[in-house]
Order: sequence, then structure tokens, then C-alpha cells
Amino acid sequence: MKRFGSYGEGIPGLDLADLTGWLIVIEGPDGVGRSTHVSRLREHLERLGYAVAETGLSRSDLASRGITRAKQGNTLGSNAFNLYYATDFADRLEHQIVPALRAGFVMLTDRYIYSLIARAIVRGADGEWIKNVYSFSLKPDAVFYLRVDAEELVPRVLAEGGFDYWESGMDLPMGEDLYDSFINYQRRVIQELDILATEFEFDTLDATRPVEANAEQLARRVSELLDATESSRMESSG
Amino acid sequence: MSPRGADDLPEFPPPVESPRRRSRPKRGATASARTGGEAQYGSRVSDYPGRLFIVEGIDGSGKSTQLTLLAQWLRGNGYPVVFSEWNSSPVVKSTTSRGKKRKLLTPLTFSLIHATDFSDRVEREIIPSLKAGAIVLADRYVYTAFARDVTRGVPPRWVRSLYRFAVVPTMAFYFRVPLDTALKRILSGRPNLKWYEAGMDLDLDTDVEESYRLFQGRIMKEYEQIVTEYGLHVIDAIKPVEVQQRLLRQAILPHVEHLVRQRETA
Repeated sequence: MKRFGSYGEGIPGLDLADLTGWLIVIEGPDGVGRSTHVSRLREHLERLGYAVAETGLSRSDLASRGITRAKQGNTLGSNAFNLYYATDFADRLEHQIVPALRAGFVMLTDRYIYSLIARAIVRGADGEWIKNVYSFSLKPDAVFYLRVDAEELVPRVLAEGGFDYWESGMDLPMGEDLYDSFINYQRRVIQELDILATEFEFDTLDATRPVEANAEQLARRVSELLDATESSRMESSG
Repeated sequence: MSPRGADDLPEFPPPVESPRRRSRPKRGATASARTGGEAQYGSRVSDYPGRLFIVEGIDGSGKSTQLTLLAQWLRGNGYPVVFSEWNSSPVVKSTTSRGKKRKLLTPLTFSLIHATDFSDRVEREIIPSLKAGAIVLADRYVYTAFARDVTRGVPPRWVRSLYRFAVVPTMAFYFRVPLDTALKRILSGRPNLKWYEAGMDLDLDTDVEESYRLFQGRIMKEYEQIVTEYGLHVIDAIKPVEVQQRLLRQAILPHVEHLVRQRETA
């Protein structure tokens, strides 16, 4: 039974029918609390007996060092940056996500192509083009979008050590100082994510609610999703 | 770490075409049935004062020799020349060689990392030089990616969309050579063929040299397709070196005569 689809022509050499796991994505802006929810969800699923794996942005074996170096030197063209991230993502997709799905894991992904697309658009990339670049990607089983306004991110960012150069879009820059640029940059990213949320049918959660409430909601939705696939598997095999 | 200035802002979307251009048919924009659709390479026709000439062909076709000779001739005549080589962006290069050395690259990431490299060169080398009125000479261009990546199983349409940001060259030359001639030129030099260079990732043959032969043959077939699709100018690469060079000079001269040349000053 083939469950997975691709946004385009897929990954060269990959048979989607081999993938039996689940791909769950948590999306949202910088500092919204995605990683908290990923670990909460992981605990919940492991308690139920599922094998769980995690991945996040720019953690690939291939490109993460190069990206770190390019960021430090600030020496890469901005469109080249977009493609560097795409390379990094493709490497993770093929070497982390696909193997986990093939082995029947629940793959929890801290951000997926949507954040990368949103960032690229904010940095001036053509939307249609960048979506096409990422069209090799697998369609996730669900995308949960932790939604907040840019202003609400500020206390969280301050609590975690202050404004980051890139998370503030200072490479553009979008304001006179880190604070202004952060607000303007995050506003634009959220705006793009909102558009993608409609286009790609995200499951949106209000991230201003207490963590507990969202964690419970996430756990419930994911459980439902896993149950639904499993019962359809039973039907098709029985 | 200094923030980037306004000059480094992204180049997207492609520049709006001037009315003068609109009536002219765009080379490369005619999508074939195989790759049809929007957002393809070929939409970014350059309005810059400089000129871009590129050479393509399989290994051993003699294209690099010809481009070097052309550069010397142009420089000798006082033209400002910028040379741009495939796979040479300093930042990206480390990732590419790491991926190649450790065999981490798949057809997909092979394609993407080369596009990253190329994009960096377009933004930081090719476009600024064209704006400055230089003659940019590129040894291999997007067509190399189209030929190699599709040979590796990457969808033709996707890779053409990936390179949409690329400037369409003033003229593109394809050095057509019989496969055996090219192979003899390369293999008689006892080359140390590398894994990806020989197409070993495609599992064509366990013998490196045999794999290389098969791989080059397939790339050549893709090139022939591309020649028609994008109207590349074919140079018969079995002709004597100086004959090919004369043809090349004749072909580009009308496109560069207007450019500002440097005169010797006392």
C-alpha cells in the first residue's frame, strides 16, 4: 500500500511504496517552542510503543559545516544560500527521513520545506521557483503550525539569550537595529507561513495558549492519525 | 561580521524585459514537450552591457583549450575578460569535495550542490562582470548540469526549473566529438578517474574505466538533445585546433565589437 506522495516528480531512485512510517512536521517561527513540542510528542508516542526519530533544519552530514562557515564569513550570494539550504534539506530527507520511514518510524521533523520556502521568499526568491526547487519532497502526514505574532516571540527570544543575527534577518537587514529588524523580519516570515498554511493545509495551533493545552492537542491529533493508518492497513491486509 | 549592503540584495524576480526585447523571440524559452511548462531556464535574458560566451561538451572534446585560446586573443585585443569555471565557488567547494570524497552525494544532492555553486558564481561573479561590460567566458554552464543530472536520473523538467535564475548566454558552443576520440584523449593520459567523474554511482559497471565510457556515452546523448532544445552552436571538434579557433572568433566578434577596450597608455 502506497501512502506517501511527493509534491513533484519525487526523489530519483526512490520507490514511495517502500515507506511505511509516518512523517509529522512541526512548523512555526523562530522561538515559538517547536522543540518543546517535538520532545513532548516523542515521549507520548514512545509510551504508546512507536519507534520515533527526530530531525531539524541544517543538521545534515553533507552541508551543515559548509553552511555554518558560509554564515560566519557572510560570503555567499543570497540565492546560493537558498540552494545551499535546499541541498542540506535534500541530504536529510534522503539520509535521515527516508530511512526512518522505510523502517516504519514516526519521523518528527522540527520544520520542513515550508520554513525554508518562507525564508527564501522573504529574502527575495520567486515563490513559484523556490516551491518548484523543493517539489522533490515527500508530502508529510500532517503539518502542525504553531502560530503567533512576531511581537509575542520577543520575550521568548530574550529568555533564550537574545536576538540572533540570522533570526533577525540582519543579513538583509530589515531595520535599524536587531530589535526592529527582528520584528520586521519575523512578521514577514509569519506572513509567508500563513499563506503556505492555507496552500498546504496545515493544522494550525494557537501558540499563545498554554504549552500543556497544545501538547495535549498535538498528542491527540497524532494518535488519531496513527490509528487511522493502522486500521486501514488492517483492512487492506485482512 | 558586517551586514551585507544593499548591493547584495537578491536578484529575484528576473528583470522586467524592456519593450525592445519583448518582440524578439527568447532563445531557450521554447519549452519542448519533454520539459514543457513555466518557470524554466531561459527566461532570464540579459540586458547587461557585457557578453557571456560558454562552451560545452564531454570531457576530451577540447572545449577548455578553445576557451583558453579565445581568452588570450580577446585579452590581447584589449577586451576585459572574466573566466568562470564550473564548480569553483570557494565556499561551496568544500561541501562538494567532502560529498564526493565520502561518497555522500545522491543524484539529488549532486544536482543541488552544483546548482548552489553555480548560483553563487552567477550572483557574485557573472552578473557583476556583465554589468561592468566585461566578456565573461564560462567553461561549462547549465547544460552540463542538464546533461549529467538527467543521466543520473534527475527529472529533466525539474533541473531546468532549478536553473531558472541563470542568465542566458550570448552564445553557447557545443564541441561535438565522436565518443571514441574523446575517450582516447582522456584515457590515453592514464587519468585517475574519480568515483562520480566515472559515474560509478550509477552502477553501470564495476570497472571504473568501463563505467566512465558508458557514462560519457549517455551524457553525450543528453547533450545532443540539449543542442536542439536550446539551439547551441555546434563546433566540429575533430577539426584542427586553429580551424576551430578561427570559427569561434568569427562567431563572437560581431557581439563584442561595441565593447570598450583598454588602450595602452603612455
